[in-house]
Amino acid sequence: MTRFRLDGVTADEARGLLDDMIRVRVFEERCAELYAESKIRGFLHLYIGEEAVAAGVIGALDAADNVLATYREHGHALLRGVPAESIMAEMFGKATGCSGGRGGSMHLFDAATRFYGGNAIVGGHLPLAVGLALADQTRHRRATTACFFGEGAMAEGEFHEAINLAALWNLPVLFCCENNRYAMGTSLETSESQVDLALKAAAYAIPAWVVDGMDPLEVRRAARHAVAAIESGGGPVFVEFQTYRFRAHSMFDPDLYRDPAEIERWKQRDPIDTLGRWLVEQELLVDDDLAALWDRARAETDQAVAAADAAEVEPVDGLVDHVTAPRVERGRVPTGAP
Amino acid sequence: MTTPAPSGDLDRPAVVDAQPITYREAMRSAIREALAQDERVIVLGEDVADYGGTYAVTKGLHEEFGRDRVRNTPLSESGFVGAGIGAALGGLRPIVEIMTVNFSLLALDQIVNTAATLLHMSGGQFSVPVVIRMTTGAGRQLAAQHSHSLEGWYAHVPGLKVVAPATVEDARWMLPTALDDPNPVIIFEHNALYGEQGTLDPHGAPVDLESAAIRHRGDDVTLVVSAGMVPKALAAAQTLAARGVSAEVIDLRSLRPIDIGTLQESVSRTHNAVVVDEGWRTGGLSAELAATITETCFWTLDAPVRRLAAAEVPIPYARHLEDHAIPQAADIADAAVELLEVGR
Repeated sequence: MTRFRLDGVTADEARGLLDDMIRVRVFEERCAELYAESKIRGFLHLYIGEEAVAAGVIGALDAADNVLATYREHGHALLRGVPAESIMAEMFGKATGCSGGRGGSMHLFDAATRFYGGNAIVGGHLPLAVGLALADQTRHRRATTACFFGEGAMAEGEFHEAINLAALWNLPVLFCCENNRYAMGTSLETSESQVDLALKAAAYAIPAWVVDGMDPLEVRRAARHAVAAIESGGGPVFVEFQTYRFRAHSMFDPDLYRDPAEIERWKQRDPIDTLGRWLVEQELLVDDDLAALWDRARAETDQAVAAADAAEVEPVDGLVDHVTAPRVERGRVPTGAP
Repeated sequence: MTTPAPSGDLDRPAVVDAQPITYREAMRSAIREALAQDERVIVLGEDVADYGGTYAVTKGLHEEFGRDRVRNTPLSESGFVGAGIGAALGGLRPIVEIMTVNFSLLALDQIVNTAATLLHMSGGQFSVPVVIRMTTGAGRQLAAQHSHSLEGWYAHVPGLKVVAPATVEDARWMLPTALDDPNPVIIFEHNALYGEQGTLDPHGAPVDLESAAIRHRGDDVTLVVSAGMVPKALAAAQTLAARGVSAEVIDLRSLRPIDIGTLQESVSRTHNAVVVDEGWRTGGLSAELAATITETCFWTLDAPVRRLAAAEVPIPYARHLEDHAIPQAADIADAAVELLEVGR
């Protein structure tokens, strides 16, 4: 049994974390069913097991901050405030989807909540995070850019280029490594010569911490600490959140590369079960309220599915919309001699 | 100009008070104006500050605008191009300099998978107003890792705008339009053009990024060129005139989108087309142009469209080999004469 400690996290906040994680869990479980029903197609990557990371970090951000995530990002989008209906509609390929049906599961975007994807080239969004932070620094805009990526991205050159730039230019980036130990089917041990990921990040002369990603209260404390350090002008912070996905990499993955006993061991640390039980034990939550959290999450997801089902698809004559943005006509036609 | 000036009365009055200027200076003047007029503009790239830019385009600008706005980057093409894209998302108007198109391949992921796709993937929410400048082309004996012409690869990608200024006027006046554009714009600067001199109308204004320009009028054959091939085609037109052939030279200016209308109008008058590209032939820009002309002008053509392109070889170092690897003015003139003989 995980021993949690509040230590700076209020009881309300702890209940909020549980609520957030349950919302993601219910949403994701439903996505798996909808995939089986062929309502959702393409690749579908579920966040089940890892919910404490997004819940802990995103709740420590405010509206001015930027969030970038990977292709396993439904939970991040949901907790950032992208409406469940528009996420579900996106996965249904509908016009009301948050990317107008152009992105699908891997490419959720939402300008209103400064949610910059939904990025499916591993490591490709890290330089983008650096650029967003550079824009904020240049414009004297106080904001943190939180960038989530898996440990697999740390083998990519773009990780090293991006973290070097962020460190060199003292940029307000929170690098959130969601270390779930497997890059698809490739284990950390077989893909990294140095498995101490924080040590790798620390080589760029920035703070680099390791946090238990199955403990949402620890995640929240670390995220808050990191954001404070970043906003005080201290430059980027790297945090490795040690976590685990309970499901396969995607719906296509038969999960042949993991020992079932290992999966079971991690499931014992399910952040939703453990935090829920602990809050009840501590008399910070009663069973009825816990049940109500699940009911509310189910209602939210039901409503999202119903709305997505009822929504229209984009008309085909809009196929090549949004390839280039229209610009105000400017510029004379050049003529004459070179 | 090292190439003969074309007739000076092409659709505009003679320039009064014209100032002599090099292509490099014209580009620098455009960047300086952008930095001075718009605080959102920053310059990012390898050695753009103290060194002055590999081709000295940004020389002195860091002293005038500071190192935050003219910002040296490490040798991290993917990182700093991606940062430019992110900064554009965040409200800046970055001008990213990549030393050569060859090095841009290290940033191809950012340009093709991110800059070109974000607007579409996000259902129109996030446009990427970044300008990426890079040098292209052979001719300086820099061998196979600094001399290629890969413009056609970028021109293949929806979501990008690709331009190749070939005149001092375009070097000076394409940039403000590119910065004004909400889309990623890639500017290809042929390394042989930086020292070219021309004159700038002191009352010049931004030019469009879409149209092709007729640089020399002619009746017998249309030479379709861009970037470093423009001066060569103009020289070829002079040679051809001496041989009794009246050649029209079209500078594409924009490689994406391609101004099909101007091509079609010209070829429908001349009935002959030679397409010249410094890139390779197979699957290249010349293939696209030849196919487009054939599709749109087939019934007015006197002969099949002729293509001239780089030899199918990595660009070699030795001067004589390099010269033979890419189309030269004499090759263009010869190709035009041969084509006219076929059609006769």
